[in-house]
Amino acid sequence: MSQFRLPENSRVQPGKSHAAPAGAKNLKTFRIYRFDPDSNQKPRVDTYEVDMDSCGPMVLDALIKIKNEVDSTLTFRRSCREGICGSCAMNIDGVNTLACTKAIGEIKGDAKIYPLPHLPVIKDLVPDLTNFYAQYASVKPWLQTRTPAPPDRERLQSKEDQEKIDRPSACILCACCSTSCPSYWWNSDRFLGPAALLAAYRWIIDTRDEATGERLDELEDPFRLYRCHTIMNCAEACPKDLNPSKAIAEIKKMIVERQH
Amino acid sequence: MAQPERPLSPFMQYRWQYTNTLSILHRITGILLSLCFFVLVYWLVAAASGPERYTAALATIGSPLVRLLLIGGLFSFCYHLLNGIRHLFWDAGYGFELPIARKSGWAAAIGAVVLTAVLWIVLGASLGGAA
Repeated sequence: MSQFRLPENSRVQPGKSHAAPAGAKNLKTFRIYRFDPDSNQKPRVDTYEVDMDSCGPMVLDALIKIKNEVDSTLTFRRSCREGICGSCAMNIDGVNTLACTKAIGEIKGDAKIYPLPHLPVIKDLVPDLTNFYAQYASVKPWLQTRTPAPPDRERLQSKEDQEKIDRPSACILCACCSTSCPSYWWNSDRFLGPAALLAAYRWIIDTRDEATGERLDELEDPFRLYRCHTIMNCAEACPKDLNPSKAIAEIKKMIVERQH
Repeated sequence: MAQPERPLSPFMQYRWQYTNTLSILHRITGILLSLCFFVLVYWLVAAASGPERYTAALATIGSPLVRLLLIGGLFSFCYHLLNGIRHLFWDAGYGFELPIARKSGWAAAIGAVVLTAVLWIVLGASLGGAA
């Protein structure tokens, strides 16, 4: 049965407030989820006032500014700051996205920043993605072949066939989609979720791959694939504008079609 | 040092977008529709039990509370039907592009309200005329 309330140890408490330095005029308030694993305390939401006249335009800029100037214990993942590494995925203003490509100006009112939803929190905005990665590995995201490769060259791909996998290959595994999916929240132990299924689709439609049947066999399961109810939160959340819902529908179609 | 159990990150504060809102509405209307079957069965049983029982049943069905349930049921029927058509297209692989999904969602929601009003007026007029 779906659990709507957070467990006792996860309920968020009111936290500390950090006011902006005196004289700052252009203020934006950030409400940020904090959890310190060493404190034996429940998670809390801290409030930070940031002077936007001395801050970059993106949410990640504000997080880095807070960490540098106000509270060095604030913990979050980040790397490329240009939307290609997927590290800074978090729930901003109610929606999963990348902090580095989300403009602060797009947020009305206070900016609420939480870790990706329904995951165990390691610290602050850093969730445990072990299960997410294990599910990705379970779809065997590599080329599987039986026939030997041509001795003199690589397995060539036609331009048309390459185009089929161009979009799904652009996934950066940030987990925005899977953790936006209500079905995934309550069934992540058995439902693979949009990201892993998009990866599965990418290899199923790869014309060089020779394990299509086995891949579909693995997915033909009431939970692994069919817990997708086409809610489409995943496609709305994807910071790379990919469409896992459509990929999942295509997998469902292929499973039906091969029965004829 | 022993680490405390990791908390679960909040999820119920996820923003209500047209995607999750229309999806949960599809489920709620489905449940409401199955509740309306009890009213339908009650009406059929009353009709099979003779004129006196039937007249009494009509009074019950015409009571404000049941009437409200029936309006809800009518809306559920309309929305579940229209959104079900969206699902049919999706299952055939069409309509996933976000602008289309958004438009079809609005169409299902607004269409259901309009269809409910039209059906309620038309059915009300024809039933009222017969009574």
